[in-house]
Amino acid sequence: MEGNIAEMGQFIGAGLACIGMGGAGIGVGTVAGNFLSGALRNPAAAGAQTATLFIGIAFAEALGIFSFLVALLLMFAV
Amino acid sequence: MAEAESSTGFNIHPMDQFQIKPLFGAGEIHWYTPTNVTLWMLIAVVVATVLLVIGTRGRAVIPSRSQSVAEMMYGFVYKMVEDVTGKEGLKYFPYIFTLFIFILLANFLGLIPGSFTTTSHIAVTAVLAMGVFLGVTILGFVKNGTKFLGLFWVSSAPLALRPILAVIELISYFVRPVSHSIRLAGNVMAGHAVIKVFAGFAGALGVFSIFPIISITAVYGLEVLVAAIQAYVFTILTCVYLNDALHPSH
Repeated sequence: MEGNIAEMGQFIGAGLACIGMGGAGIGVGTVAGNFLSGALRNPAAAGAQTATLFIGIAFAEALGIFSFLVALLLMFAV
Repeated sequence: MAEAESSTGFNIHPMDQFQIKPLFGAGEIHWYTPTNVTLWMLIAVVVATVLLVIGTRGRAVIPSRSQSVAEMMYGFVYKMVEDVTGKEGLKYFPYIFTLFIFILLANFLGLIPGSFTTTSHIAVTAVLAMGVFLGVTILGFVKNGTKFLGLFWVSSAPLALRPILAVIELISYFVRPVSHSIRLAGNVMAGHAVIKVFAGFAGALGVFSIFPIISITAVYGLEVLVAAIQAYVFTILTCVYLNDALHPSH
């Protein structure tokens, strides 16, 4: 178990950054689940709202991608 | 870093596939050097051109396969632009369609084993996103003049809240090109890195490598989906931003 403390911090930080992906998972799940529950109640209106669904998913997902990016930066760029 | 990884027995270098290399020789990379990025961008442009030219050449009443593909993509993006931005946005349809086709083909061609995914580089997607951002901002000011600033002044909110909301709106406006570009590059890069990590497992597990190989197949299927969805998301966000520029009233 040798190595410098900066490298240890890198790995710990990269692991911690991955927690953010869980938040993105919650967000995407909320968007898609609410869309589905709404769509099953009024299927006629659902088709017109798929664009909104994807925009919502994209916004929620972007934050998870940011945390992934932080992890990558810590692993490969710092 | 490299020593730490090789000592564990696994040989996983998920980011190596994104290295930019010059096509001829191994010299320094200048802005004019032909690299694997420029090669695959060129291939994407050529494939798009060939697909659309051949697809629309016949103009048959009963479309052939290539004509159906070309017509479906055209109709899909046309309807998206019309739905999100209204009739006024259709003037900018060629630009949005070009963006869509280029990103879609770059994503799909990047999924061919051994090829290079140009959209996995933030430098590539940032140029696309900055083009959209600058274009939309200039268009907003040209079309609406100073009324474009009404985008940041939420007139439906209580007066006391408006300055705070204006700051938030301003920040979120300027974060747009960042999130717009990182979303595409991050998704594509993450998917390819995951496939490469599983490939590293497959090399180290011997007989049991069948499990990583099954996983790679599943992730690959997901990546085909992600490639299409991310092209769609990039395009529809362009439409949303364009709509903000054309109708800035809040």
